Amino acid sequence: MEQGTFLVKAGLAEMLKGGVIMDVTTPEQAKIAEEAGACAVMALERVPADIRAAGGVARMADPTIVEKIMGAVTIPVMAKARIGHFVEARILESLGVDYIDESEVLTPADDKFHINKNEFKVPFVCGAKNLGEALRRIGEGAAMIRTKGEPGTGNVVEAVKHIRMVMGEIRVLASLPDDEVAAFAKNIAAPLELVKETKKLGRLPVVNFAAGGIATPADAALMMQLGCDGIFVGSGIFKSGDPAKRAKAIVAATTYYNDPKVLAEVSKDLGEAMVGIEISNIPANERMQERGW
Amino acid sequence: MRIGVLALQGAFREHRLMLEGCGVEVTEVRKAVDVDGVDGLVIPGGESTTIGKMLVDWGLMDKIKSRATEGMAIYGTCAGMILLAKEIVGSQQPRLGLLDVSVRRNAFGRQRESFEADLYVPEFGEQPLRAVFIRAPYIESAGAAVKVLAAVDGHIVIARQGKILVTAFHPELTQDDRIHRYFIDMVKDSA
Repeated sequence: MEQGTFLVKAGLAEMLKGGVIMDVTTPEQAKIAEEAGACAVMALERVPADIRAAGGVARMADPTIVEKIMGAVTIPVMAKARIGHFVEARILESLGVDYIDESEVLTPADDKFHINKNEFKVPFVCGAKNLGEALRRIGEGAAMIRTKGEPGTGNVVEAVKHIRMVMGEIRVLASLPDDEVAAFAKNIAAPLELVKETKKLGRLPVVNFAAGGIATPADAALMMQLGCDGIFVGSGIFKSGDPAKRAKAIVAATTYYNDPKVLAEVSKDLGEAMVGIEISNIPANERMQERGW
Repeated sequence: MRIGVLALQGAFREHRLMLEGCGVEVTEVRKAVDVDGVDGLVIPGGESTTIGKMLVDWGLMDKIKSRATEGMAIYGTCAGMILLAKEIVGSQQPRLGLLDVSVRRNAFGRQRESFEADLYVPEFGEQPLRAVFIRAPYIESAGAAVKVLAAVDGHIVIARQGKILVTAFHPELTQDDRIHRYFIDMVKDSA
């Protein structure tokens, strides 16, 4: 019997596919998410929109909050550690969380190196804006990838940019003759073996979710149609007018992403969406997607 | 012959690929009408509470139950096993209830307790099955009509009752298609 193998880590991500993972900050929100059909929750002290508004240094959540949320629901619970902060990750692992998000939403703890995720029994998900970044994270042991988007904005444009980039690069790679693959790997600064595997599969070697700006059922369906395997919704649910109804609508939209009639039906009367932010109004040094190396 | 894979949420792609690899035509099932055209149904791993709610909301629950009573074969892995069980320990969540067993969710623990292991199952030959258990359930108790095919530490992880087959683990995450071929034979027998 073997625990913590890559198959077991990446396998949980396979089980989350076609589902919605929702940010929650209290046990009550976690129950609303579970009741709405979330396939997992992300336990946080503050949602990204509030982290962005508060400024300063954002860190791992208080373990009390994480444990209360773990106690409130039966679905998987994820939590965020700072980029490179392997001690926060060890703490979350000891709490028994089901997945760790080494996340650019929190303030990075290391300006050069990410966590060596291969050394952990708990699986990790990491953000990526392009294929090179995704494969570097997988090389470090990430068992799941998500787009970075621009968290806490309610603006899907950056997440679209990132999934189009990754899918476009994979299409280029798939069309290359084998003798050009090593140079391609060098250009995107990714491990050659993972580049070869991606070429063979015609997709990333692990599950790839959308994150960073999804606020409506239509946003979720758009990201699914562009090739994502599932959806993270951060601030988009509990910063909206009717979280329970919106959560359920986004769950339906993620399954029926190719069915405009269903999408129209579930998009009705959802109340106020979260207030969005235009990306060009965010100063370059405050863009979370630039964090990660 | 055509086999449906319930595609509401979870690892339906892996089941589709494995069945297609066995030379079977596969349909992804998302709406009640999709159930009409299939000879057998696979309910994949995923989140059982999510899939159960959607089965109710989208009119699939009654449809699948009525096809099952007509003799349609069903194979459930992990969440699929939970959804097929009559009893789910400590839970009122929606279920098909077609298999006379009591199932415990997340029975081996959380993700850090997830594991892979070799299972020796006479029904599937001498070579062991590489079984991948992910926040897996097990069957705590089973009725007389249920045939137990394998157990781990005394906990039932493969069972069959008539046209219903369940595994607590995920053969679709490996390259070993013996359980899928066994299920395909069950579908052939019921046709």
